[in-house]
Parts: sequence; C-alpha cells; structure tokens
Amino acid sequence: MSEGLYSMEAKDFDKTLDLTKIKPYGDTMNDGKVQMSFTLPVPCGAEAVEAAKLMMKKMGLENPSVVYYKELTPGFTFFNCYGSCQHTVDYTNIYVPKVESNVMDMYETDEFIKENIGRKVVIVGASTGTDAHTVGIDAIMNMKGYAGHYGLERYEMIDAYNMGSQVPNEELIAKGIELNADALIISQTVTQKDVHIQNLTNMVELMEAEGLRDKMILVCGGPRITHELAKELGFDAGFGMNTYADDVASFIVAEMVKRNNK
Amino acid sequence: MSKLGLDFEKVAQARKLAKNIADDVQGFVEQYTTVAVERTLCRLIGIDGVDENQVPLPNVVVDTLKDKGVLGEGVLFFIANAMIETGKNPQEIAELVAKGELDITKVVTKDSKKIADTLQPIIDENINKIRARRNRREHYLNTIGEGPKPYLYIIVATGNIYEDVIQAQAGARQGADVIAVIRTTGQSLLDYVPYGATTEGFGGTFATQENFRIMRKALDEVGEEVGRYIRLCNYCSGLCMPEIAAMGALEGLDVMLNDALYGILFRDINMQRTLIDQYMSRIINGFAGVIINTGEDNYLTTADAVEAAHTVLASDLINEQLALSAGLKEEQMGLGHAFEMDPELENGFLYELAQAQMTREIFPKATLKYMPPTKFMTGNIFRGHIQDALFNMIGIWTNQGIQLLGMPTEAIHTPFMSDRYLSIENAKYIFNNMRSIGDEMEFKADGICRNRAKLVLDNTISLLEDINKEGLFTALEKGIFGDVKRPKNGGKGLQGVTMKGENYINPFVELMKGKN
Repeated sequence: MSEGLYSMEAKDFDKTLDLTKIKPYGDTMNDGKVQMSFTLPVPCGAEAVEAAKLMMKKMGLENPSVVYYKELTPGFTFFNCYGSCQHTVDYTNIYVPKVESNVMDMYETDEFIKENIGRKVVIVGASTGTDAHTVGIDAIMNMKGYAGHYGLERYEMIDAYNMGSQVPNEELIAKGIELNADALIISQTVTQKDVHIQNLTNMVELMEAEGLRDKMILVCGGPRITHELAKELGFDAGFGMNTYADDVASFIVAEMVKRNNK
Repeated sequence: MSKLGLDFEKVAQARKLAKNIADDVQGFVEQYTTVAVERTLCRLIGIDGVDENQVPLPNVVVDTLKDKGVLGEGVLFFIANAMIETGKNPQEIAELVAKGELDITKVVTKDSKKIADTLQPIIDENINKIRARRNRREHYLNTIGEGPKPYLYIIVATGNIYEDVIQAQAGARQGADVIAVIRTTGQSLLDYVPYGATTEGFGGTFATQENFRIMRKALDEVGEEVGRYIRLCNYCSGLCMPEIAAMGALEGLDVMLNDALYGILFRDINMQRTLIDQYMSRIINGFAGVIINTGEDNYLTTADAVEAAHTVLASDLINEQLALSAGLKEEQMGLGHAFEMDPELENGFLYELAQAQMTREIFPKATLKYMPPTKFMTGNIFRGHIQDALFNMIGIWTNQGIQLLGMPTEAIHTPFMSDRYLSIENAKYIFNNMRSIGDEMEFKADGICRNRAKLVLDNTISLLEDINKEGLFTALEKGIFGDVKRPKNGGKGLQGVTMKGENYINPFVELMKGKN
C-alpha cells in the first residue's frame, strides 16, 4: 500500500460526484482518502502497527496504512496513517442553525445605529468564570480588533466596556445594570471538562433570576462555541471560529431593531 | 561588541532610568507586609497542614492576626512570644490556634533579644533545608549534567498530578530540559495554597507542596535515566506568590514564573499587594537558586507585537532592576520576550530576529526566556508547525536561555503527548542543524535588522523617561503595558496589605537576600 511514490491501486469505483453520498477527497473523486495521527498506549512493534490498522478499520477506513510510527515513551506509540473512508454523508440534507443577520462592517454598523436606534449602543463584555484568557474578548472588543477587523471600542456609535478575564458572572451583570447595557457578551476559551457549559448555563440562570433575560441581548463566543450550542444554552447567539467584531455588532444592532419593532 | 551595532551608552541610559523607577517602587515596598508574606513566614518556620475545614494552617494563623488588626506586627513576633510562653513549637501553636485553644495576640510580649534567640534555631533549620535542596541540584548538575541552551521547555497540564508525571517523563525522554506544570485556571486568584496531592483541575494542576514533591521525585528518576538534570517549573505568581516561592524552595523547584507586572495586568491583582509579595518571593527564589521567568511576552498577545516591542524591553529592564534589588543574580533572570508578529507581515522574521538579538545583547548573562507564537496560531497545525520552526531558528541563532516550545496544536487543546514529541523533534532538529549560525552570520550595516533594533531601543528610552516622571504605579494606571489599565487601589488582594508595625520582624530577608 504505502510502498513507492505512485499509487498503483485500481480505481474501480464511481468517480462522479453525488452530493447525497459524499466522501473525503484525496486526488480522485470518491477515493475517500483520510489522513490521521494518533497514539496507542502500547509498546512499539509489529503488534502495535497491526493494532493501529485494526483501529482504523473500526473507524470505517479501508486499506489502512501506517506510514510512520514512533514510540514516544515506553508503552506509547504514535502513528501517522492513511486510509479510505467507506462511509458517506448526504450533503443535500444538512441543516445548521446560523446567526441570521447581514454582516455589516464598522462604518455600516455605525450608520445603521444612527438611522435606526438614534443613540449609542452600550455593550459590556468579559471572559467570565475561572477563564483567564483575554484573547477572545480582546479580539472582539479592543480598539485594534483582530485580523483587520476593528474591535467594538473603535465604533463611533458603540460604548464598549471590556471587563477582562476571570470576571464572575454576577459582576458582569451588575456592570450591565449600572451602565444600562443593551447587550452583554461573554468569551469562553477554556473548555476542559465542559467548564464553559457550566459557566454559560449559570449566566443564563442568573439573568433569568434577575428578570433581565429579555431586557438585554446575551451572546457568547469562543473557539469551541457554535450558534447551535449557544441557543441551546439560552443565549441569543453564539460566535465561533472565524467570526469577528463585525459579526457580533451586526447581530446585536439588528436584534435590537427587530425587538423594538415587535 | 554588538553584532547589531547597538549603542551601549543608550543601553546604560535606559538601565539608569529603569533603576530609578525600580528604586521608587522598592522604597514603597519595604514599608509594608501582606497576608501572603506572613503566611510565607509561617511556612518558613515549619507551619503546614490544614484544619478540619481544609483551611491551611498558615491562613488560620495569619487571618487571626488580620481579624484582630495586628497583622502589621508580623506573625513571627506573635509566634515567638507564644513559643516562649508555652514551650511549644510553631506547628503545635498553629494547631492550638486552629482549635481555638490559644489566642497568640494575648500572650505577654517578651523582649526582642529573647524573641530573636527563640526563632533562630527554627529559622536556621529551614534555611538549611533550602540550602540542602540547592546543593542537591548543584550536585546533579556537576554529575549527570544538563542539556545545552536553549533549554527545551515544555508544559504539562492534565489536571491530575499522576497523569502529569507520565507526560513529564515522556517529555524528558524525548529531550525536554524543563517541565512546567501549568496551574489550574483560577489558582492565581486563590488567597491560599491548596493542600495535598490533587487529581482534578481545569486547564492545569493545582500547585501544592505535595504535588511539587511528587513531580520532583519523578523528574529526578527520569533525569538519572536519561543522564540529564530535568528542571521543574511552576508559578510563583498571583495572590500566593511568596508562599509558593517558599514551597518551591523547600521542594527543589528550579524555575518559577515570578512577575508582579503580569499579575497586575492580566489577572487584575492589586499592584501594591503583588509588588510587596514579589519582593519577598524573589528573595527566596534568589537564595534557592531558582531561575525566575517574567511575563513580558503576554503584552504582545493584547498589544501589537510590532508597535509594542519597546514595552517589552522597557518592562524587562524594570524587572531586571526589581530582581537585583531582591538579590537575584543576572543568571537567574529569565526575562521574557516573544515571537508574536503577524505571520503575514513582510520581513516579520527579520524584525523578530533583530529583537531577539537585541534582547540577548542587552542582557548578556540572563537566562532569557523566549516565548513561541500563540496569538496567530489558527488551528492550521501544519502552518503552526512552520511558525514554530521559524521561532526555533531565532532561538538558536540568538542564543536564548530557555525556549518555551510552541505546539502545532496551540489554540486547539492542551498538548497531547504526541504534540510535545513533534515540537521537541522540531526544536532538536533546528538547534542541531543550525547550532553555530549565530557565530557565522553578521547583520548588514544600516540594514533592516540593525535599524529595527535601534528603533526599539530609542522608543524604550522615551517610554522609560515617561514612566520615570510619573512613577510605575501611575504609568500602570494609564495602561502603559499591554494596553491594559489598572487602578492603584483596584484589583484583587489590596485588603491583605498592611504597614509594618513597631514590633515587626522578618529575619529571613537579612539571611537570604543576595546570599546565593
């Protein structure tokens, strides 16, 4: 299998794309090629390689091939592998909930606020709970922003307050009340043992107990957050990887206008 | 001789400004003590263990003094009086306090000579323990030796100290020289140190004295196996800064993150509290032969790495002076800096190279700690591995002291065993393949690198001039580092600060400071 540079494998499978039955793509449609690496808690040797192949077969990979392996420390062997996936997915029948707002840039959002709200929008944000990471909340809120997307502090029509990290949920809410906030935003970076789920759930419970849940827009974000998860936990929206201040601001201002018109 | 053509008169000028700034802070610090400093003194006279509610006995004793408004007289004064009165040792006295059977603030005051004589044997005993730990490290270094610099520094963070041991030993076998056990998220804000071996943590493992002991033993075992001393690193920061220094000194830790500025900016710890705590912790670290690490790299995760480069150098210079005033040797200073520029930046490598070389030349003896890319690690593990390779090239090129290895899976998860292997392999390959590149290459006159270093140094001087005018506290209030603003009376832990009273004693300062 892995001998030589050229694959001599017969390609006797249907090579036309069928969106109801998609497979991973290596260099030929429907070849199902997957690369993976993992470690097994066994010593290095022929048995370890065989175990890795059997593991891949159980994962649904045909022609499993171990292209590199190395014992990391006695009793743990690392593998780089390839195989062909036999499973297929129906792409035509997928529904992913998304934040439904037209994403505007900073200037458009400022204009939108002037025309539709007529005053500054107050947004208070923090990385709450025990989470010590400021990187997420800073990327959204700091003047400079991230990857060329200006942060909320730079918006002319937004008063943004970044409380930093390790802020108790209670303090974020108290600050929100004090500043008469339109929206509270929470960043969560640490997700080990689902600590973020517990903390986000706690936030929603506190907001409900204070009778504030429908008075302020509540959103969360972080690399492992999805909109679907956020909605499930009782937030108005969730922002994951590759979302920026533009996405957050656009959602909040559009949602404010939507609620006012109700 | 500077390879970068640095003007060392300017460097001297920058250092002088930093010294003024540090002296101003030092003048403030010496008048105060804190709950953490007093708990440290408890630990240094052998008080350990917890009460029936799992409250550490040092907290029980110190909180009693604080509640009665006599913390400023210092814990040693009261304990010594109680020792003379009862004939018991400090641990027994702490246990009586915990049971509510003894009020040490009510014991009749004895004369100061008697107090000093009573404390002396216990102080000597514990100082000797720390000295023995230090000698043990030196014996290892003289017999089995150590890896070449830059030391390969990796992190373990499973939350379970026993699982950490497996990961740490695996890392050492693969080539790591320093193992840092990341603390559980939030420990820096606890105003006590948890007790015993722990198996639960979020994003890291509790720093406890028992966990230190377990990991030290594991690293000594694997160090003997691989024929290389393996250094243990933990976090001497947050609200228990000096206590953790004492525990680390007693258990043979080698490297400690130890930076008040980091706690102020990134953990919102009150600046007065943590600068007072830092002084005592650095005295202990100095005496114990520990290499401290400062956290300047973090400034570049919130501020821009190109625009804010001079804030890193300015902070390193201030940290150097604060460390000198606590008696640390230059070799024990792991001053921090980082490779954090946007990878899309044209010639970014050259700017990074210039800054790393500049830092090396300005702190020639320091065990500089060079931090890997984190801010622009995206989840694309393949590009991430290359970013780490560029970082490693600069590490070997500019002769850094400690290379904190970047992981391809940065921004995804705490490292897998295999992530560490890939990173160590990356560093070893580059360090070996490019070992002497720094000796071979020169920097072109008036080229990009020389001009970059000159610009950063000039900006540093003007920043230090500003800080020197208004003092460090005011500068921090204005957000001078990392774009983060912190009020002098805000943040966590200020209520644990008190002015030293008439009877205050802390003989450890005299015995440990600069005695290494």
